[in-house]
Amino acid sequence: MRVMAQMAMVMNLDKCIGCHTCSVTCKQAWTNRNGMEYVWFNNVETRPGLGYPRRWQDQEEWKGGWTLKNGHLQLKTGGRLQKLLNIFSNPKMPGMDDYYEPWTYDYETLLNAPLQKNFPVAQPHSLITGKTMNVKWSANWDDDLGGAQEYAPKDPMLKGIEDKVKFEFEKTFMFYLPRICEHCLNPACAASCPSGAIYKREEDGIVLVDQDKCRGWRMCVSGCPYKKVYFNHKTGKAEKCTFCYPRIEVGIPTVCSETCVGRLRYIGIILYDPDKVLAAASVEDDQALYEAQLGCFLDPFDPEVQRAAEQQGIPMDWMEAARKSPVRRLIQDYKVALPLHPEYRTMPMVWYVPPLSPVVDVVKDTGHDAEEMGNLFGAIDALRIPVEYLAGLFTAGDIEPVNGVLRKLAAMRSYMRDINLGRDPDASIPEAVGMGEEEMYEMFRLLAIAKYNERY
Amino acid sequence: MTTEPGLDGPLISALVGTRRFFTKAAVSQDRRTIDYQGGRQGDSFYRDRWAHDKVVRSTHGVNCTGSCSWKVYVKDGVITWESQQTDYPSTGPDKPEYEPRGCPRGAAFSWYTYSPTRVRYPYVRGVLLEMYRAAKAEHPDPVDAWASIVTDPEKARAYKSVRGKGGLVRSTWAEVDELIAAAYVHTIEAHGPDRIAGFSPIPAMSPVSYASGARFNELIGAPMLSFYDWYADLPNASPQMFGDQTDVPESGDWWDAGYLIMWGSNVPLTRTPDAHWMTEARYRGQKVIAVAPDYAENVKFADEWVTTAPGTDGALAMAMGHVLLKEYFVDRSIDFFTDYNQRFTDVPFLITLEDNGSGAYTPGKFLVAGDVDGHAQASSENAMWKPMVMDDATGEVVAPNGSIGFRYGEEGMGKWNLDLGDVTPRLSMYAAGSATQEAVTVILPRFDTPDGSMADKVRGVPVHRVGNRLVTTVLDLLLAHYGVERAGLPGTWPTGYDDAAAAATPAWASAITGVPEEQITRLAREWAQNAIDTKGRGMILMGAGTNHWYHSDQIYRAMLVLTSITGCQGRNGGGWAHYVGQEKVRPIMGFQHMAFALDWVRPPRHMNQTAYWYVNTSQYRYDTFDADDINGGTGLFKGRSTMDLLAQAARLGWAPSYPQFNKSSLTVADDAAAAGVAAPAYVAAQLKSGELKFAIEDPEAPENFPRILSLWRANLFGSSAKGNEYFLKHLLGTDNAVKATEAGEEHRPEGIVWPEKAGEGKLDLLLTLDFRMTSSTLFSDVVLPAATWYEKHDINTTDMHPFVHSFNPAIAPPWQSKSDWETWKGIAKRFSELAKDRLGVRKDVVAKPLWHDTPEAMATVHGRVLDWGKGECEPVPGKTLPALVEVERDYGAIYDKMIAIGPLMEKVGMLTKGVAYNVEREMGQLRERFSTVRTGVAAGQPKMETDIQVAEAIMYLSGTCNGHLATHGFKFLEKRTGHELHDLSAEHEGKQITFADTQAAPVPVITSPEWSGSETGGRRYSPFTINIERSKPFHTLTGRQQFYLDHDWMIGMGEAMPVYRPPLNMTKLFGESPVGTQSELGVSVRYLTPHNKWSIHSEYQDNLFMLSLSRGGQTIWMSVEDADKIGVKDNDWIEAVNRNGVVACRAIVSHRMPEGTVYMHHAQDRLIDVPLTETDGKRGGIHNSLTRILVKPSHIIGGYAQHAYFFNYIGPTGNNRDEVTTIRKRTAKVEY
Repeated sequence: MRVMAQMAMVMNLDKCIGCHTCSVTCKQAWTNRNGMEYVWFNNVETRPGLGYPRRWQDQEEWKGGWTLKNGHLQLKTGGRLQKLLNIFSNPKMPGMDDYYEPWTYDYETLLNAPLQKNFPVAQPHSLITGKTMNVKWSANWDDDLGGAQEYAPKDPMLKGIEDKVKFEFEKTFMFYLPRICEHCLNPACAASCPSGAIYKREEDGIVLVDQDKCRGWRMCVSGCPYKKVYFNHKTGKAEKCTFCYPRIEVGIPTVCSETCVGRLRYIGIILYDPDKVLAAASVEDDQALYEAQLGCFLDPFDPEVQRAAEQQGIPMDWMEAARKSPVRRLIQDYKVALPLHPEYRTMPMVWYVPPLSPVVDVVKDTGHDAEEMGNLFGAIDALRIPVEYLAGLFTAGDIEPVNGVLRKLAAMRSYMRDINLGRDPDASIPEAVGMGEEEMYEMFRLLAIAKYNERY
Repeated sequence: MTTEPGLDGPLISALVGTRRFFTKAAVSQDRRTIDYQGGRQGDSFYRDRWAHDKVVRSTHGVNCTGSCSWKVYVKDGVITWESQQTDYPSTGPDKPEYEPRGCPRGAAFSWYTYSPTRVRYPYVRGVLLEMYRAAKAEHPDPVDAWASIVTDPEKARAYKSVRGKGGLVRSTWAEVDELIAAAYVHTIEAHGPDRIAGFSPIPAMSPVSYASGARFNELIGAPMLSFYDWYADLPNASPQMFGDQTDVPESGDWWDAGYLIMWGSNVPLTRTPDAHWMTEARYRGQKVIAVAPDYAENVKFADEWVTTAPGTDGALAMAMGHVLLKEYFVDRSIDFFTDYNQRFTDVPFLITLEDNGSGAYTPGKFLVAGDVDGHAQASSENAMWKPMVMDDATGEVVAPNGSIGFRYGEEGMGKWNLDLGDVTPRLSMYAAGSATQEAVTVILPRFDTPDGSMADKVRGVPVHRVGNRLVTTVLDLLLAHYGVERAGLPGTWPTGYDDAAAAATPAWASAITGVPEEQITRLAREWAQNAIDTKGRGMILMGAGTNHWYHSDQIYRAMLVLTSITGCQGRNGGGWAHYVGQEKVRPIMGFQHMAFALDWVRPPRHMNQTAYWYVNTSQYRYDTFDADDINGGTGLFKGRSTMDLLAQAARLGWAPSYPQFNKSSLTVADDAAAAGVAAPAYVAAQLKSGELKFAIEDPEAPENFPRILSLWRANLFGSSAKGNEYFLKHLLGTDNAVKATEAGEEHRPEGIVWPEKAGEGKLDLLLTLDFRMTSSTLFSDVVLPAATWYEKHDINTTDMHPFVHSFNPAIAPPWQSKSDWETWKGIAKRFSELAKDRLGVRKDVVAKPLWHDTPEAMATVHGRVLDWGKGECEPVPGKTLPALVEVERDYGAIYDKMIAIGPLMEKVGMLTKGVAYNVEREMGQLRERFSTVRTGVAAGQPKMETDIQVAEAIMYLSGTCNGHLATHGFKFLEKRTGHELHDLSAEHEGKQITFADTQAAPVPVITSPEWSGSETGGRRYSPFTINIERSKPFHTLTGRQQFYLDHDWMIGMGEAMPVYRPPLNMTKLFGESPVGTQSELGVSVRYLTPHNKWSIHSEYQDNLFMLSLSRGGQTIWMSVEDADKIGVKDNDWIEAVNRNGVVACRAIVSHRMPEGTVYMHHAQDRLIDVPLTETDGKRGGIHNSLTRILVKPSHIIGGYAQHAYFFNYIGPTGNNRDEVTTIRKRTAKVEY
């Protein structure tokens, strides 16, 4: 057994308010500079919607991530030799239109305009060409379902469930998906890089681009199925989310996490066995990948794991951090966090708690007590957000794990209502979702009270 | 076939794998990845990027309730970025925390520091500056120079008509200070100080900055304009019902609720840093309901989405009330509800029924002790101010403690409390099955007709006789009004919940709102059951969606019935939570005294801004209807215009009105002195004889124009100016898009002079202080460069959390920018120099309306309106006239007074919300701390020269930051209430929050009589907990929460009780196309202007980060159906046109919008990507180009208990949601 530590994140989508504070603080700190105008290491997408860059999830088009060929894992863009051969012409790159053409305004005219016939106004012009332009797309164009009628049907995740999603007023639903680099256990970007410039830090698994080594081949941009590696068009090098390692190293959470006013991000260490990763990423069935990835993770309470870690020189405080890790609890203990697109086979390490609400909307025309647990469970099957859509994001289409999470969240609310009202708690509620009372209460504390020291 | 896991094929794997040999790093065994350890030169790039020199605590002085503490990063002397502080004191081990607080807007703020929209130097419009320089060459005295321009019609027109059209040129501080000072001196000399006004919004976000200009304006005698009512954020229902402006729970208290309704309040968007409390409380088993006409951001979090048609929320609340009243007050009674209502609401109080002559009755006035001949209390002090209940045990009527009659005077000492003693108030006069039961028919109003006009409901109530009066209780009237039948009562009643024809049933509300009947019934039951189960922990978050309507006070009152009657008000986790513009200056007392210069002169001139602009931008002239038409045709205001009513309110001292008289208030004082008569008596006589008039009676006469307006921390023209185009036309005299027609003869006000043509370009000087270009700076004659929020000292508070924290400079103000405090000091200094000889020491007569929380609120017995103007009574200052006070203005000493704390603090003390404070101790401390002035008018007084000193003065002079003062105030209240209170602040009696404390970390405030709730012991703040727990009366007539309002106008308007009133009918009033109709001009839609996700009002909407995350310019959200009707696709250019103006923008088409309603998120300024319109070829307008001011008369009632004026406490709102517009696709080429 080999023991490695991975810095990982969980985002509770059920709490995300779609405010984009994470995007702005990240951009201000990291990508607010020439060549990176269009780059958002952290972005937030309204789903259903197209995302940033547009339709990034459509791997038929972009060929990101890995695929299984004859039982062997290979980059979807083709073998790596293929990559080397295509190094000068890479057709699988999102273009400026797929991201957006960044722009600014001639603000100075507001002060400097000479006396004139009409009130002065600042017009937009392109940060790429410098010419005046017509703003037609942005990093967040379809925010809050803006233009959804036109764009959302092209959301790749609606494929196959078109009949379950209607873009009509009464049937509206949406949720937000904040995204950063997944810092994968099996990063396709690193595997794509002909220069060996992308590496995974041994001590914490953070995936970085060596700015000295990068030669700007951009194979990583194609290789990453999440489209979270970007090309700096001024320096000619690839850049990506660094998991804020200069902060992490001194014990401060990432910018996006600490500034998340929804308090929905958790950071922590997950222990895993790197020797299990390849096999796990190579399981035949896409829907088995979630379980396979869980299988790579190690239990820091397991004496055997502790012994191995000690032998391999993992510091004691890292082991302690792994035991306390809120991310580990959400992923491994409560199993309420799920990976984003496990079918890309990159073994992503930013996981998500799927959104629960609005859960009881379907009972509105009846006289039933909507908070009663039976109704809550029943309602999950008829969620405003179709479970199939969530399953498409998190479990390669398998609705059971998603249902499991939603039931746990619903049960937690029902269980806690008794406590809130000063009634005796009902042990059968956690039991119904395979949890103990203690465990459910602790999960409540982690998700709801979520103190700073417990989130990170 | 199974294979060993591996990468690619063996050959390729081998080939690619060779890279192992060319790198020092370890390629993983399976060759997927490369791992490095140590020596990572590649990492240094981001390490350098992250490196910074210092981190400074500051915050954002933007008009929002966030009050978030931020870390500002500085590198090489340059501000680089910001992120949130996380060091808020803990809420305790079992609750979420306030960290982090912030939003994307705030996170983008540092962009402004060095952006091209930054105002770096003082600017003046070139045309004016050239004239001024030329005039200076001719007139050595700057005041003469200014006068020579503004008194020359040609010159004045020349610079006014080019306002907003570019041509700003750089000037110097010395020159602009002189020009501004000259304008002020000339205006005071020629017209009087009340022709000047200052506007700066919501002080809580930066009280020092607010105080800077306010202190100057108040010292010279210029009114400060209100903001809360003007923004339409003030819920008049709050003063009406609670006798309090607004007081709301901090967001941490949402956690305590068992049931939470977000009703027209889009929490994730408008309360971004607080939203997590809502998402987290759900996990505690809280049920969450969202009431919203669109799929708003908060709907995502709700268990249920209640889709009301816009503006019909009152009907929904009425129907829920119907179910509550029937099932929990008639079908059965709940002890918890009964006990609460006996003590804390007016439900048991007796109302006299008036015989309307046709055998039916109408509800009239509260029965008061003074009405009952021979009653033991009839001759007591203030007997006409002591409403009565019936004691259930004895059947006798009695005036319980706690009403306003006990609040003032000697006899009430120790009795202003909610103790009932042996009395058990009878909630109803109904005695089921009793042979002696008497009942009568009452006529009650309904307005649910298509055009909103009044119809009658005939219902019955049980009655009792007191002398020759027939009385019933408020509960009996509520039951009748809500249509809850009881056996044996006369009248017509609903046949059941499904009777859609009868007002207030669920079926009736369903037809109006579109909400299913079953859902309404179930929500009401859930609400009630939760209140019973949790002892009142049900909360309604109400926001702009329900509060920005013409009839919002009625919507709110209907909602407040739900919270109050179920005992939820005054509880942690319960009651109303009004979240729109409700910002709280926690150290309110110190703030008020410093900002309004009450340490030097009292009273201040405070003006309600809505009325100010309704009059002074001549919008009243476009009222093509009379006041009775807009108020549902009740007959009360038949033949009178709203302007007549405003003039009456000014005349009777109900509401403030400035400019004050048709003569300078300085001249009036001189005239009184010349006549040898005391000013109040002189003015009263002059007004009676008609020698002197109120300026409002002749608003188009040049001598009554407002002449100077200063704006700081404000963007009036890009944000709050309802009727923006009327401002441009009449106030500024520049390009505008007004198409509306003026009222014809039949609708013109009776008592107002009506010249053929209204004034245009009334204002002589528009002055704006800002750090960025806005519509206001664009239109200003003088623009001054302001320091940003990362460049100055100030403090910051909110009601969303209980902490006070600070602004601090991360860098010094760059270029020639200055903090507002320094700018106003500079203006004051130059002003004093120019004014010393020219103006000297003058007397000024201030007309002040009758104030709330003073005995002046007992001016109008029974709320019976007597108008001296019609000869119905004598004009008596402070009773039937405004209070008239002569004060001294030493115009040469304005600067000296501004920078020292004046002597009235010790001579008179402080008074806030009726509680008096002696502050000799604090003044002594401030003398020691700040040192004293040696010579001049302020000799011996504490200095207050720096921004930090102003901040500290505010905190030393408020109980929220000074435990001693809080205790002192509570002891004063203890004498009046007879109940212990000072223990609430005892835990902090020795605590004094200093500025240094706020620099270290956010500091929790102290429980103080300045507010109605308590933080004692670290509990979450919720309003009215002191009232409920300590028996302290509400500041109302009855001392209780009042469902029933008996002022003549309230009764006459049909609003004695909450009633559903539909949105205004703009077709009937103005001839706009009915919503839903289509023509060649486009489709007619309801036009709503909610808050924007990408800005805080107009701030940030021009910020490049926000524009990059949104659509990059002005937009209107519309439904797919409406877009289809006019052939519009997402991002197409559209034009919205109505009589008020034109908007040219892009469409965002989305199915989350309901058909028939569009949203133009408010305060998207006209500065960014706004083309010329195809309608008139001028620059397109802003959201307020399509709105205008409409004044609701009930908001200007005064002189009667809780209906009494105070600044931002009560007043006509700048409501704007009733508006409609026509939208069409743009066909002409887009040009700029």
